Amino acid sequence: MTKLRVRGLTKVFGSQPRRALELMEQGYQRPEILERTGQLLAVADVDLDIDEGELFVIMGLSGSGKSTVIRMLNRLIEPTAGTIELDGEYIDALSPAGLRRMRQQKMSMVFQHFALFPHRTVGENAAYGLKVQGVGEDERRARAIEALETVGLGDRVDAYPHEMSGGMQQRVGLARGLATEADILLMDEPFSALDPLIRRDMQDLLAELQSGLDRTIVFITHDLNEAMRLGDRICVLKDGRVVQVGTGPEIIDNPANQYVEDFVSDVDRSRVLTAEQVMRAPRRTYRPSDSPREVLEWLDEQEFNGVYVLDDQERILGVARDDRLVKGIRDGVTRVGDLVIEDYASAGPDTLLSDLAAIAAHHTVPIPVLDREGRLLGVVPRARLLGALSNEEVPANA
Amino acid sequence: MPSTLAFVELPVGDWFETLVDWLLDTLGWLFTAIRAVVGTAVDVVETALTGPSPYVMIVLFTLLAVVATRSWGLPVFTALTFFLLESMGRFPEAMQTLALVLVATVLAVIIGIPLGIWASRSEKVSVAIKPVLDFMQTMPSFVYLLLAITFFRIGRVPGVMSALIFSMPPAVRLTELGIRQVDKEVVEAANAFGARPREVLTGVQLPLARASIMAGVNQVIMLSLSMVVIAGLGGAPGLGATVVRAVTGMNIGMGIEGGLGIVILAIYLDRVTAAFGREGRGRRTSKSVGTDEQSLSAGEDDDEDAETDPVDDAIAQDRPTTTS
Repeated sequence: MTKLRVRGLTKVFGSQPRRALELMEQGYQRPEILERTGQLLAVADVDLDIDEGELFVIMGLSGSGKSTVIRMLNRLIEPTAGTIELDGEYIDALSPAGLRRMRQQKMSMVFQHFALFPHRTVGENAAYGLKVQGVGEDERRARAIEALETVGLGDRVDAYPHEMSGGMQQRVGLARGLATEADILLMDEPFSALDPLIRRDMQDLLAELQSGLDRTIVFITHDLNEAMRLGDRICVLKDGRVVQVGTGPEIIDNPANQYVEDFVSDVDRSRVLTAEQVMRAPRRTYRPSDSPREVLEWLDEQEFNGVYVLDDQERILGVARDDRLVKGIRDGVTRVGDLVIEDYASAGPDTLLSDLAAIAAHHTVPIPVLDREGRLLGVVPRARLLGALSNEEVPANA
Repeated sequence: MPSTLAFVELPVGDWFETLVDWLLDTLGWLFTAIRAVVGTAVDVVETALTGPSPYVMIVLFTLLAVVATRSWGLPVFTALTFFLLESMGRFPEAMQTLALVLVATVLAVIIGIPLGIWASRSEKVSVAIKPVLDFMQTMPSFVYLLLAITFFRIGRVPGVMSALIFSMPPAVRLTELGIRQVDKEVVEAANAFGARPREVLTGVQLPLARASIMAGVNQVIMLSLSMVVIAGLGGAPGLGATVVRAVTGMNIGMGIEGGLGIVILAIYLDRVTAAFGREGRGRRTSKSVGTDEQSLSAGEDDDEDAETDPVDDAIAQDRPTTTS
């Protein structure tokens, strides 16, 4: 369900935005508009549909307009044109009082440099949104402590921000954003000022919180790996325009243009792509009642060591391996089902390639990808796995 | 008029004399009213300072020094030097001077801080105020005294009024500067949570600009002290008058006593107000919070209530990196 619907959102920095808008409508891009009018087209005609409970990442390099976009959502920056609809209410049309109410109750924000109030304690910082709402002091403190507990700082209520490390300060920033229980959390590059290890911790914390909270989060970043790690969907911005919107794997698999392709070329693919994206249908599977000799002949022909044997529910019974088949035929076994062994490790469709690689290292047969009921969806042979990791086009039959 | 090589001779002095005459004619009632109010204020403060025994006052000043600095250096200095003042017989004059300084300072702060706040929120006001402040600070102080005597006759009121004009600029400037230096993201944060403009000002901007504003108040006090001494020429009582009398009578002893009294007062006022400005230094100002690499260029826009033109601001401040 769409929570936040943005249409035609545009921001022109300059004294004559109309002229820039006219040129924009004629299809001119930012550099030409700047040259011809002196107006800076920061954000151009952005449409977004952000679903309820989604962690929506807006990604772009500096100058792409991402900070301007997020600030227009709560009108810290006034849009030049366009509409922002939240739960059927048009934010762009709100009066100053209505806007304050919306900010108090529906949208909170976490900032790149934390933006804590240095003259207030951690507890007072976390409670700031409640204070502005007019919540009484006792309730304020209780709810602030609750919010601080969710970020692991329940015992630091009376400390001052400057007594804390950057990572802890941003936890306070996050607690401040959570305490008002707003539906939407705007996060403006919240982790980019942190050390890489702390950043990883904070990403984990956010992912964990999000699985329990189901807020709608709009998350800004310039770090594609972070976008891929956290985002349910990612919107790539360039020069104020939306280049592509999709899930991480969609964007990696099908970059909309050269820009996105260059962008994703250095992403850590093993942490983004999943088994589902690289698997292929198994070349052949057998039933338990098939003859071992037939299976062995096929393996011989294909120069494979093993093949999966499925029951009639498409669930794997086991692997029929060539050495066992030879022995079984010698012993007169007639059903391949009696010769299978469970020498395989399976993966789910969401298993990341980095985890698949670990499994593949120990097994010679292609890794089977199973759904929740254990049915075989496809297999990932090693060649495909290596090809996907190295960003090479993999032949379909590998 | 002196002869000049310029093509046009501009009798600026004559114009101003005409202007002053016109002002005296039309706004005479206003000057009379100001004279009455300020005169009464100085009377009240002076009575409060000179009413009790000097020894009571010395104890009070010393206690104030203790409260302000929470150490023993300044209090000891205060007790000794104020006792010296009393021993020299200059204590009443010192209190008269202090009364003038206090009234001038309070007026300068009452007018200057709101002006500074206004200038911090509006680019136009800021630009308009700047040359006026420059003028006020660079015009020789004797000229103010001359004007003040013209409008308010001789005595304490012209002393206070000239001190007010001479000392107000730092209050305006440092208030504006202090508020503008507050981390833009912190102000954005307050706005993002739906704070009213007044809540942003009183709850975030003013507290974080406090050190800067207090530095301004400190300067106001020092400047008005220097002006109040000069006002001795215009008949204002106090240590300034003592020095003027000493100079006209070539009385070296009296001159030294008067001068010493001014120095003592100046050091005391400076240290006490500076200490109040530093109070709470354990809590850092907004700029030092967070990681060191943080830049202050993050923000792009003003809150919707500010009177500045946010668009021009954004362009002027960070056109090359519109975002992030």
